[in-house]
Amino acid sequence: MIRTFRAARRERRAAPPGNGRRIRLDSVTPPLYRRRVQDMISARGLIKRYGDHTAVDGIDINVPKGQAFGFLGPNGAGKSTTMRMIGCVSPPTAGELRILGMDAATDGARIRARLGVVPQDDTLDTELNLLENLVIYARYFGIRYKVARERARELLDFVQLSDRAESKVEDLSGGMRRRLTIARSLINEPELVMLDEPTTGLDPQARHLVWERLFRLKQRGVTLVLTTHYMDEAEQLCDRLVVMDGGRIAAEGTPRQLIEAHVTREVVELRFNTEDHGTIAEKLDGTAQRVEVLPDRVLLYTDDGESTVAEVHGRGLQPASVLERRATLEDVFLRLTGRTLVD
Amino acid sequence: MTVMTTLAIRQKGLRPGAMVERNYAVHKHGWLVILTGLLESLFYLFSLGVGVGALVKQIELPDGRMVDYAVFVAPAMLASAAMNAAVAETTFNVFGKLKWMKLYDGVLATPMRPRDVAAGEISWALIRGGIYSTAFLVVMAGLGLTETWWSLLALPGSVLVGLAFSGIGLLATTYFRNWPDFDWMMAFIFVMFLFSGSFAPIENYPEPLQWIVHASPLYHGIELLRACTLGELSPWMLVHAAYLVAVAAVCLAFASRRLSRVLYK
Repeated sequence: MIRTFRAARRERRAAPPGNGRRIRLDSVTPPLYRRRVQDMISARGLIKRYGDHTAVDGIDINVPKGQAFGFLGPNGAGKSTTMRMIGCVSPPTAGELRILGMDAATDGARIRARLGVVPQDDTLDTELNLLENLVIYARYFGIRYKVARERARELLDFVQLSDRAESKVEDLSGGMRRRLTIARSLINEPELVMLDEPTTGLDPQARHLVWERLFRLKQRGVTLVLTTHYMDEAEQLCDRLVVMDGGRIAAEGTPRQLIEAHVTREVVELRFNTEDHGTIAEKLDGTAQRVEVLPDRVLLYTDDGESTVAEVHGRGLQPASVLERRATLEDVFLRLTGRTLVD
Repeated sequence: MTVMTTLAIRQKGLRPGAMVERNYAVHKHGWLVILTGLLESLFYLFSLGVGVGALVKQIELPDGRMVDYAVFVAPAMLASAAMNAAVAETTFNVFGKLKWMKLYDGVLATPMRPRDVAAGEISWALIRGGIYSTAFLVVMAGLGLTETWWSLLALPGSVLVGLAFSGIGLLATTYFRNWPDFDWMMAFIFVMFLFSGSFAPIENYPEPLQWIVHASPLYHGIELLRACTLGELSPWMLVHAAYLVAVAAVCLAFASRRLSRVLYK
């Protein structure tokens, strides 16, 4: 499956539509200019090793300007390591990594000056209040004090924390800390914002507030790169995403494309009041295009949920519960890796 | 091009400054807390200078000159005040920010580099040490423990002591894994404090020990400051100063590299 996808992409590259015209464009457009305009991030064969452990195992990524790009995958897939490499705080072991048209290996400080980063751990300054956190962070970028204060006030407003400006960071809830970290990442008016699991550990209300703010950023034309292991987050926010597993990219595309390419349109979830799912799987054979047996339920991949359910009942099976639903990225992930996202 | 270069230089100059600014923002509401470190050295001065001084009265310098014991011991306490300020700032405080607060992980996501962090933290340590030393010198002068106007030179001298020890402290911190490691460091500092010619001229020590003492940066610091406050200027002062600068330069270079390794994972 993976190979077919890659092969298809290679073919598209080798013979793009309007072949002749594109080649002419290449010859008149300086490559550096093209890179600047088109790709905020471009990685080729990116590898990161820690001793014997390979955290990121040769990935290729292209993120065009203005796109919301997502890394979807379970813990340990290499998402955060990739984010740290793009953030220029972790030198790649091998491969080429260009960000904003500059080389990550040599231009780290210049790249970081134009980047906004929301790390997985908030890394807020717990000895300073909220306003000071933003102002001092601005100073690390060399932003003048007066401008720093103005922006800090505006950003506190943007993340709805103005009334807590003088509070200590320790007194904030998880959601508030996350919002403050997002505000901090915007202090240098970045063209590219990197968010590592922006809503992990937040309650639903706090998540929606974060999503809404991120959506506003996207509308302003800011390029967003985020990691998540929530498929609903990926579907809500990402124009395009890659599924990562074991340091590699398992698949790439828009959420819709991924679902269409890797799973059926609908899924029927069955739960049985029995231990032995194995024999049930045999009985279910042929009711759907694919049958996936999980420890707690059985998934039937089908293009027509209703007739599949009818077929299941027709075979005399009595599931404790039946759920017909649209296929999601979670199913894509399960299909590609044989594992669920959040375990 | 010129504009770009100027901008680049200006930006580079700003970076460690931002770290200092951060520390200032943390402490601006509680300056008194910083001064507690000064008390320890002042108490040593009083207990030794006044207490032991009453018993010893006068002490003979290697050149045969006789001075009050308090006058002899005061510059050593000044040097140790400068040392303590530098070490406290670059070990306990930096370690806390590095391992517990994860402060630098956030800082390095900006144009700041590990060497900017190192330079910033050391500048801050020197500012803090400078405040200690100034206050201490004022107390010394008030008690009549400074012999000449050359004593003013002890101020830049104590900044040199602070520079050497902040380099040592920062380098050590990058190797520390957990708080127990600090006990070893404190023990080391205390032994150095006792045997660096603080309380008696090292000419009284056995010969082999004298050689070891010559390696101690604190010994060179004390000799330098003592020469200033006693007004006994000599070319040796340059040697002491050079030694402190060399220790600082080597430690700083290694500390920056170590910080990069620890933080750029």
